[in-house]
Amino acid sequence: MTAHQTITAPEAADTEMMSGAEIVVRSLLDQGVEVLFGYPGGAVLPIYDALFAEPRLRHILVRHEQGATHAAEGYARSTGKPGVVLVTSGPGATNAVTGIVDALMDSIPLVVITGQVATHLIGTDAFQECDTIGITRSITKHNYLVKNVDDLPRIMHEAFHIATSGRPGPVVIDIPKDVQFGKAAYQGPQAVTHAHDYRPQVKGDAGRIAEAVTLIAQSRRPILYTGGGVINAGPRASALLREFAELTGAPVTSTLMGLGAFPAADPKWLGMLGMHGSFEANHAMHDCDVMVALGARFDDRVTGRLDAFAPTSRKIHVDIDASSIGKNVRCDVGIVGDAASVLEDMIAAWKAMRLSVDKTALAEWWKQIDVWRARDCFAYTPDSKLIKPQQAVERLYHHAKDKDVYITTEVGQHQMWAAQYFRFEDPNRWMTSGGLGTMGYGLPAAVGVQIAHPDSLVIDIAGDASVQMTMQEMATAIQYDLPIKIFILNNEWMGMVRQWQQLLHGERYSHSYSESLPDFVKMAEAFGAVGLRAEHPGELDDKIAEMISVRRPVLFDCRVTKEENCFPMIPSGKAHNEMILAQEARDLGSIIDDAGKRLV
Amino acid sequence: MPDPQPASVYDLDHKAEVENLATFAVLVDNEPGVLHRLVGLFAARGYNIESLTVAETDRNAHTSRVTIVTRGTPHVLGQIEAQLEKMVSTRHVQDVTRDPNGLERELALVKVKSLGAERVEALRVADIFRARVIDTTHESFVFEITGAPNKIDKFAELMRPLGLVELSRTGVLSITRGADAL
Repeated sequence: MTAHQTITAPEAADTEMMSGAEIVVRSLLDQGVEVLFGYPGGAVLPIYDALFAEPRLRHILVRHEQGATHAAEGYARSTGKPGVVLVTSGPGATNAVTGIVDALMDSIPLVVITGQVATHLIGTDAFQECDTIGITRSITKHNYLVKNVDDLPRIMHEAFHIATSGRPGPVVIDIPKDVQFGKAAYQGPQAVTHAHDYRPQVKGDAGRIAEAVTLIAQSRRPILYTGGGVINAGPRASALLREFAELTGAPVTSTLMGLGAFPAADPKWLGMLGMHGSFEANHAMHDCDVMVALGARFDDRVTGRLDAFAPTSRKIHVDIDASSIGKNVRCDVGIVGDAASVLEDMIAAWKAMRLSVDKTALAEWWKQIDVWRARDCFAYTPDSKLIKPQQAVERLYHHAKDKDVYITTEVGQHQMWAAQYFRFEDPNRWMTSGGLGTMGYGLPAAVGVQIAHPDSLVIDIAGDASVQMTMQEMATAIQYDLPIKIFILNNEWMGMVRQWQQLLHGERYSHSYSESLPDFVKMAEAFGAVGLRAEHPGELDDKIAEMISVRRPVLFDCRVTKEENCFPMIPSGKAHNEMILAQEARDLGSIIDDAGKRLV
Repeated sequence: MPDPQPASVYDLDHKAEVENLATFAVLVDNEPGVLHRLVGLFAARGYNIESLTVAETDRNAHTSRVTIVTRGTPHVLGQIEAQLEKMVSTRHVQDVTRDPNGLERELALVKVKSLGAERVEALRVADIFRARVIDTTHESFVFEITGAPNKIDKFAELMRPLGLVELSRTGVLSITRGADAL
């Protein structure tokens, strides 16, 4: 390839000859892509060359390919648009693997373009060769090896269709270097003929929807259990959820992934459910008589002991993925469809059938819920000298709540405290690694969110252990002037590991203490960011205010009490109504039985 | 067997359910890696594959037909069907076992090495099963037999004491009776 050819505008004729690399760039433009996250290398040099002269595509250079995938996830989750990643062959692809699985588990639409050695070198153990499509086959929604440049326009557009429709997920396109140089006729998104007949079911079955709303109207103790599917179905789904909750008067709880779909300020909000969910949400789940699962997949963190999960309930399960229905928990009415479409039809059916709720029974139900609420399950005892992690998140929320704020997290205790003490009123504001539980997700995700929302306040609520896994992305934040705030709850432990070792392994703290930690303030300065530290409750508010006001990336070293546990908690192998509160948690070793200890 | 329509889903006990054989006919896009994708789906979830056949059936439409025999409880078989449906490369999935119109056939090549009375008996049995002799020497036959898998099992069982030395089976193929197509 010679000079940097200007790529012609989308309105140009559809039969123009282009190199493979130019086809990639042009397809991205035609798909409405504005940003991609990547890292160059030998096998993607032609694509990088085509990017060089393309002002309409913003390339964000990360410091490690895992960072690119998480940044793309943060971008996707906060905008509802697909995230795009560009990495090289071999180690570029293998480094991206963690983020690709993360996106699969949490249903995040990603298009990951990997370079590959030239076709004639595939299988020869060439330099930086790996079997990318073999490695990524089970961790993607779909993947492609492009052997012929003529197939490239079709594959590019099909990949976006597959990544974003139905249950979203990552799609990998592996492009050998000779294919990037090869010439072919470009075809736009409308002109290509898809090789796959991929048309996921969006509209729910009318008969089952009628059955579902009838069941809800007959219920005395209903509950709406919502998940990431409501967020993925777009802001309209969240609006419809609010309308449906209003119609039925039912309480609403949500999975970790679904936070923000229903406003925390609404009196019908019970908080998150599951292992570290609220007392009222879990007890209401256990005692309900009709459960409506919307875009949630009955994950083991949510259900606890399966044979004692909501034992008296009839279950309605709405999911875009038919294989999620009845996978872990049998349901009485299964509806395959998009959360927004089904909610809309349920609301219409409710009105058309002139259904109403049993007001007396519902009032009784709410009375019972208020009793559970009165237990005040998130209460903790503040300390005059040391900062409690719960207090840190609470104060952070206090300072950030009236701002245009987006929260990402790493994985562990701090993640649960963030979910418990930070309150979300809108969808797409909360980015966390739920399914895979990837430590190191939050910092690069914050990079992706800040790219999409340059003027918003983006905070990664982090742990001292997690944040070191992808710390190098601070350099990315500096390079692109992204004022992300990394709020580290520093207890010097892998806190959740420590908690489990305390509760389940007789306080034998095997390799969970970080005997050496970097000085996060100096580290921030070394990167060119701002370092702040809070050690006493008295200085917390001022420091948080300073962090928020500074228009630069900040690493905030918040020193918290070292041995705080995350409560309430459903011990492994226990039911929702066997959840324990902080004040009861004295002798946990005897609460969890041997079968429970075998669970993760 | 649990009540088919219990008051709560928890009256059902997956462990008490019996495992059954099931045959799925899957029409897939014929592209590199599609078989790996399908087999990987089974391997990753710990499902069994009892037999597997695959070949391109429509060159113009680029489709292949896979017939897969597996084993599981009704719950697992339901999951297998849903997971097969979920693959982007899948066009249609049919549970042939549950279809009353389902037909299943298998072809086997059977080598029997024997002399004298056993050799005569082998020929007689082959005749009863409508197996064809496709090769012979003075001390051996190769039979070709088609039929439902249990017919082939039975034939092999009878041939074993008569000198069966080698057995090669295609695995199950399936189709439904009547005019409707997959």
